[in-house]
Amino acid sequence: MKVAVSTVVLFVLWVAMTGSFDPQELSVGLITAAVISMIAPGVAGPEPKKWLQPKRYVFAFIYLFYFLYAMVKANLDVASRVVNPRLPINPGIVKVKTKLKTNAGKLALANSITLTPGTLSVDIVGQYLYIHWIDVKSPDIEAATQEIVKGFERFLEVIFE
Amino acid sequence: MVYRALGEFLILVGSLFLFLAGIGLLRMPDVYNRMQTGTKATTLGALSLIMGVGIYHPQWFFKTAIISLFILLTNPVSSHALARASHNKGIPLAKGSVLDRYAEDKERGLKEAENDS
Repeated sequence: MKVAVSTVVLFVLWVAMTGSFDPQELSVGLITAAVISMIAPGVAGPEPKKWLQPKRYVFAFIYLFYFLYAMVKANLDVASRVVNPRLPINPGIVKVKTKLKTNAGKLALANSITLTPGTLSVDIVGQYLYIHWIDVKSPDIEAATQEIVKGFERFLEVIFE
Repeated sequence: MVYRALGEFLILVGSLFLFLAGIGLLRMPDVYNRMQTGTKATTLGALSLIMGVGIYHPQWFFKTAIISLFILLTNPVSSHALARASHNKGIPLAKGSVLDRYAEDKERGLKEAENDS
């Protein structure tokens, strides 16, 4: 099971990277993926059956657009601060709490936070993230969590948990 | 050649964001704020540059999409590592910063801070 799933995952990655459907390349890719999966079945993550649930892919697809929107908004926000002669910043490091438990989920959350509106993940300890915020709206853990984490967590919960 | 125009437009937008990131690096007061402009603007700038090239030359599209994916995964990780390292080294936040929960919790010990709810 684990071997089969990781073979498929690696094979899809191979096809995407070579970008060719030549039978020779495809067969070499399939053999390579199978051998790697037999040596290291862990590449598909601790729970390979998660790869088989279509709901995760649908949410990942929606999340991509939500994330791109948030990222463009973040860039316009930071750009407007940079060109503003008064440099309107109000920085500080806040602490927020996440419900996500898997490592992949936390990685995706921390990366998304770093790439979006004025926030930068500094450290992660258990369920808590320390975030440098360019414009601190509230020092409170609950309020900051609501502001920074909730939007992403809705999607990431379904994709990774 | 609509797709060529779109590719050129994306390349232009990408270089504009990279330019703004450069200005941000010069203007921001401390290392953490510089990291903010340095990560966000360069990631979007590099992404739209690379995707612009991918649209301009459609046969490269899949490869540029994969490169963008790796940039999206690795760029924030490196900036996170830099920010964490500078905080552990003791580089202070700029004057006018409102709070620093990370420093407070480090004084108490991060392991204990993990337990309160």
